[in-house]
Amino acid sequence: MQELSMNVLDIAQNSVAAGAPLTRITLEIDHAAGWQTLTVADNGKGMSPEMAARVTDPFCTSRKSRKVGLGLPFLKMAAEMTGGEMTLESREGVGTTVTARFRLGHIDLMPLGDMAATIAGLMQCNPDKDFVYTLRVDGEAFTADSREMKQILGGEVSLAEPSVALFIRQFIEENSAPLLDKGEEAL
Amino acid sequence: MKSLQELAAIRDKMRQTVSTREAAHDAVRVVVGMATCGIAAGARPVLNAFTEEVAAAGLDVLVTQTGCIGICQYEPVVEVYMPGQAKTTYVKMTPDKVKRVVQQHLKGGNPVAEYTIGAAR
Repeated sequence: MQELSMNVLDIAQNSVAAGAPLTRITLEIDHAAGWQTLTVADNGKGMSPEMAARVTDPFCTSRKSRKVGLGLPFLKMAAEMTGGEMTLESREGVGTTVTARFRLGHIDLMPLGDMAATIAGLMQCNPDKDFVYTLRVDGEAFTADSREMKQILGGEVSLAEPSVALFIRQFIEENSAPLLDKGEEAL
Repeated sequence: MKSLQELAAIRDKMRQTVSTREAAHDAVRVVVGMATCGIAAGARPVLNAFTEEVAAAGLDVLVTQTGCIGICQYEPVVEVYMPGQAKTTYVKMTPDKVKRVVQQHLKGGNPVAEYTIGAAR
């Protein structure tokens, strides 16, 4: 993985696979504190304490097709390389929250990459699920909420429509840019 | 800057096509492998490229994802399902290859043989 946004795309699919109707993806950049924090919180089926304890082991996975699961180990590695950490909280029947903290300005901090494509892709490919993406930079925030989009689209036009997905990507990109640019200046 | 309210205009434009499609029930599907292996190999730009090209061409095609289908060394893998045709599996896809698949296969009905798994093996 060369961009943090690709890790986000990857681990958010765990939430989809866990049957989560709603997944909240939050990226918080705090220049004064020097941290970038990513949170992926879902209300899916959750994990047993045994599974939760082993989940960052690359040879641990719940899927049956093969015996490796690299999504969370990759994210953990990316966070730890910057002096940060990844934590996971999960309760069976309630959901799972993954939090990864990255030290801003660290030489090994992976570029954020195309978060707009990640979020729009998740909404496009899982139109029956909901996603709320919040980008918060030094207290100023932008939120993209698929529930709000569905309300505008009405029942008959899906988030899976290519022209809708394309618009959503551009919408997220344009609205995130001023916040991210502000961040660049602060560094 | 784009506002979410612009979705309303897209919705109104789409309504017509969507209702005809539901009657037809045989939409073409483009399925991109988006597990860890696919994403690491570049599946997201491929999904983006399909979305852009399909929207630009105004085709009645669903672009979606699947997990790992077990041929990680060939990622990004894309499967195309067309009614009445055998499934086509494209391997080692790139955004550049997408343009030709959209024009020749999705629009023209002829799979691009040289990009398929049969040609790669």
